Amino acid sequence: MLLISCPYCGARPELEFSHGGEAHIARPADPSAVSDEAWAGYLYHRSNPRGLHIERWRHTHGCGRFFNCVRDTVSDEILATYRAGEAPPDLTTLVSSSSSPTPPSTAPEAQPAHSPKATP
Amino acid sequence: MRYSALQLIKQAFKAHQDWPEQWRSPEPKARYDVIIVGAGGHGLATAYYLASEHGVRNVAVLDKGWLGGGNTGRNTTIIRSNYLWEESAALYDHAVKLWGDLSQALNYNVMYSPRGVMMLAHNVHDVQVAQRHVHANRLAGVDNAWLGPEAAKAFCDPLNISNNIRYPVMGAALQRRGGVARHDAVAWGYARAASALGVDIIENCAVTGIDRDAHGAVSGVQTAKGPIAAAKVGVVAAGHTSVLMDMAGVSMPLESYPLQALVSEPVKPIFPCVVMSNTVHAYISQSDKGELVIGAGTDAYTSYAQTGGLHITQHTLDAICELFPMFRRMRMLRNWGGIVDVTPDRSPILAKTPVSGLYVNCGWGTGGFKATPGSGHVFAHTIARDEPHAINAPFTIERFRTGRLIDEAAAAAVAH
Repeated sequence: MLLISCPYCGARPELEFSHGGEAHIARPADPSAVSDEAWAGYLYHRSNPRGLHIERWRHTHGCGRFFNCVRDTVSDEILATYRAGEAPPDLTTLVSSSSSPTPPSTAPEAQPAHSPKATP
Repeated sequence: MRYSALQLIKQAFKAHQDWPEQWRSPEPKARYDVIIVGAGGHGLATAYYLASEHGVRNVAVLDKGWLGGGNTGRNTTIIRSNYLWEESAALYDHAVKLWGDLSQALNYNVMYSPRGVMMLAHNVHDVQVAQRHVHANRLAGVDNAWLGPEAAKAFCDPLNISNNIRYPVMGAALQRRGGVARHDAVAWGYARAASALGVDIIENCAVTGIDRDAHGAVSGVQTAKGPIAAAKVGVVAAGHTSVLMDMAGVSMPLESYPLQALVSEPVKPIFPCVVMSNTVHAYISQSDKGELVIGAGTDAYTSYAQTGGLHITQHTLDAICELFPMFRRMRMLRNWGGIVDVTPDRSPILAKTPVSGLYVNCGWGTGGFKATPGSGHVFAHTIARDEPHAINAPFTIERFRTGRLIDEAAAAAVAH
């Protein structure tokens, strides 16, 4: 079980939280204007990285608020949490400051984690 | 060497010291016609059917670890085909038909045991959904029968059908051809049969890149043992599919989750079939070794760590103890997690990709083992002919763009 630090309430056990999927995926402002590929990308395509993943959690059984979290999907170590609406932290500095850094091969060098990918 | 009772007696006189290796462990050649990435059940089955049915024998199966060491060795071995939509029923039933004589075809005992898969209904909604499934399956030519509580009890004696329990059994859907098989033997059997037909199985050979030629078509792979050329590459990498497809620049509608399972200490035969309950959310069967094999749904968040949270396991065991209080004092022997690649509609992708020469077999989510022979069979067809088999034609990547989903998530024949 993870120990998750809610930016509002502090560290609480995972049981209090709900996972909300990948973060920073913006709904296209005008859905009728985007291509089918872009819409499929928004709906269904996720970065699914082996390495750092930026994701939403909701402190369901606490303050009830959504926030964002940077987690290493190989070790499940949580490297940062921050409030919804804030910009994500610089992932390269997070990796270097981590207590048990992920091997370089799993670093998110090729992962544009902030926007949904479209099908090529 | 063909395995037989006579061979067993012959080898006994040599104190069993003379059995040959079941498959070769060659160094990779510089070039193959087809490279399969991932030596699990689906990948090995693909290679076997490429060699046996399509005459494509210059094939390599690469794996970053040992064969059968991923989800093939980490599942609960349940086999069934009682899916709601006809596309799914056709795909999974294709596999169930192949399971029937797989041991004979491979000359390897995969211990397929069609002991029946029973899905319990605990409330009126369950009853309606299960009966709808039964009718849909019968229209699709898949065996599935509705049993009342007494009939369910007659088939599976450990059930408590009294009506004063928290989750009363109001009936059950039973697929008699469903059952279990020995998961390791499936990988080993396909590996041995494929190797005998000339397929090179190369373990401890991680793929680190997918090469493309000037026209964008696949030209080979980069591996831990150097570059290997191939005109066709099939990715059958389960939870790591997104990572591999990213090497070719192809985005996938997948997310990878840990799925846990566990086995108890072995006991004498007590549990005759597979029982699943979607409402209480667990499934259970007993292996031929005597262990209870137990599983449920995935963990809540995406991960590549093959462990998962203890509270998820505890929730699973709560459900089992609720259904079968007699197991409350049993000790659990092993617990593990596999990384399953889940699509938005919970149906697999078995298809060509936007990259010429690149094929993908993924998205089996929490239920890929049952499909192993059928998946390999139609995927081999897709690779060899460069066009899908009629059975896997609906299982494209493009369905997420066109909206032609095969929505087993909403149909929920299974506890997702």
